[in-house]
Amino acid sequence: MSTTATIKTKKEMNLWPLALFIGGGIIIALGATGSINKYIQTVIMFIGINVILSASLNVVNGYMGEFSCGHGGFMLVGAYVSSILSVLLFTNSKWLGHPILPPSTAVFLFPVIIIIGGLVAAVAGLLVAIPSFKTRDDYLAIITIAANFIFVSLVNNLEFVGGSRGFMGMKGTVFAMEDVFKAPYMLFWTLTFCSLAVFLIKRLMRSTFGKGISAIRYDEISAEIMSVNTNHMKLVAFMFSSGLAGIAGGLFAHVMGFINPASFSIMKSTEALVMVYLGGMGSLSGSVLSAIIFTILLEAMRPLQILKWVLIPLMLILLMQFRPEGLMGNKELTDKFPRLKRFFTRSSM
Amino acid sequence: MFTTVLQNLFNALQWGSFYSMIALGYCLVYGVLRLINFAHGDIFMMACYFAFFIATFFLSIFLGLPGPVIFVITLFLTIMVTAGLGVFIERVAYRPLRKKGAHRLYVVITALMLGFILENGNLAVLGASSRRFPDMIDKVIISFGGVNLTNLKIIVILSSIVVFFILNLIVNKTKIGMAMRAISYDKFAIPLMGIPVNKVITFTFALGSGLAAVAGILFGMSYPVLDPYMGMIIGWKAFIAAVVGGIGDIKGAFLGGFILGFIEIIVVAFFPSSYKDLIAFVILLLILTIKPTGFFGVAKSTKI
Repeated sequence: MSTTATIKTKKEMNLWPLALFIGGGIIIALGATGSINKYIQTVIMFIGINVILSASLNVVNGYMGEFSCGHGGFMLVGAYVSSILSVLLFTNSKWLGHPILPPSTAVFLFPVIIIIGGLVAAVAGLLVAIPSFKTRDDYLAIITIAANFIFVSLVNNLEFVGGSRGFMGMKGTVFAMEDVFKAPYMLFWTLTFCSLAVFLIKRLMRSTFGKGISAIRYDEISAEIMSVNTNHMKLVAFMFSSGLAGIAGGLFAHVMGFINPASFSIMKSTEALVMVYLGGMGSLSGSVLSAIIFTILLEAMRPLQILKWVLIPLMLILLMQFRPEGLMGNKELTDKFPRLKRFFTRSSM
Repeated sequence: MFTTVLQNLFNALQWGSFYSMIALGYCLVYGVLRLINFAHGDIFMMACYFAFFIATFFLSIFLGLPGPVIFVITLFLTIMVTAGLGVFIERVAYRPLRKKGAHRLYVVITALMLGFILENGNLAVLGASSRRFPDMIDKVIISFGGVNLTNLKIIVILSSIVVFFILNLIVNKTKIGMAMRAISYDKFAIPLMGIPVNKVITFTFALGSGLAAVAGILFGMSYPVLDPYMGMIIGWKAFIAAVVGGIGDIKGAFLGGFILGFIEIIVVAFFPSSYKDLIAFVILLLILTIKPTGFFGVAKSTKI
């Protein structure tokens, strides 16, 4: 078995990281030289953020088969934690005073801040993970909705971060990084975190641990009989998912330069849900694809203003009528187009 | 001190009545279909708008008619129109999915999307200016022992109780109520018993939307400013309230609405009103963590 595996890996070079590097490199180079304008760069960054959101929600809603609809709340936690840290550490702001660290260190410490935001969001995920030991289905869905409301109204009441007026100053960090060396940092970090997130989710779901998470979806009781520690699985899946949402939130905050609690309300969670179900439950490539399509669709329909929010739901309803399993069902892109497998998979499977 | 408590008690009863009436609509549909009808809050919003148009129309056409008569006409027509909307949504969106045997969650997503369509379609058609609900009944303030009550407050509280008892009667004592309970008990054996499942489900949606219509008119009269997003938050909250009471049981949904109303009014009495959502939801989360099925809910037995 192992010999065939090694032979295969030698024969089929693993091309997808290379393809990713080249693709990402081209986009970043184009951004640096100014060949693609700021608007398209922003759209690409939003695509990256939405890919993280939908892929991470897919871990809970797709692979584990729960119905979590409070993803926006964890995004909020990550966004606020990393924004406060970044304003505190690197920029000169009115209420947090002078930067604690020299602003030029932001070049190296920026990803650290984003990851800290993700970690805090993962801890916030405990609020949902612990009740999930006892409850399932609709009751858990309510808990996640309540959690989202709690996070939003908590920040609304925290006057020192601006309350409902919002929080800003994160652009200062981006400018501080650009002072050191002019480059499209946000584009780079968004694409990096996005591919990292997708890679991590893919590896997690391939592992024995990930198979345990899938087993919970099929039958929780049988999984437990088969010695799957379901509580542990749920804890990890929820924390992992909310942590990634926190990272997406941190990136979102720095791309926008301004956040307020209302932008992470139940509407944001609904957007994430839509992306997951548009792509198909339990299909990673489906949720990546649907995040890309959904973001581009939203941007393309911007001139329609409010009608956009009538047409997009209508399209989704039609999609649900004619293809209820979403774009990909629970299959991956490589199942639909086996020839792609050469590029995307290693020897295993 | 005592009068303040009493005053707040009546405020909480009124506020809870709205939650209760909306929660009952959620509960009916959930009880029969196991479907979280997320569009229900927006059906409530649409009911407010229907009532607004109908009431304005009748007030301008029949100038001589007394307010209570117009109120009754508006109530009747709004219930009809809103029930029609609910049935229409069921026929167009939910039934085809049910026929195909789609996963339950896809129906939920459809419901969410329908909510968006109702909200934003309303905004696109009617514009962003918020409207003022016309006065149909002259406000009479009744005070006893320092407690002030408007006649509207009494109407709201009484009608929520009446609605609950009528609903209880329908669900527990009539044949169609028995059919509704039967469908929630066993979806597959029921068609074999000669029960017209689709008719019963249509009736359920009409009943639930009719309840939302009653709540909508009374809400419009009590808080007369209408905007297209008003149904969203109150709908989500009413749903959480229904779950706290124990969804799938109308007693639970009714009680849950009042619990949420009481919590919110108590919080507002002691804290700044912006803490209302925070404290209310933390308490609800604690209740659900300790007793996941709510007060009256029965744990579904899991079969292997």
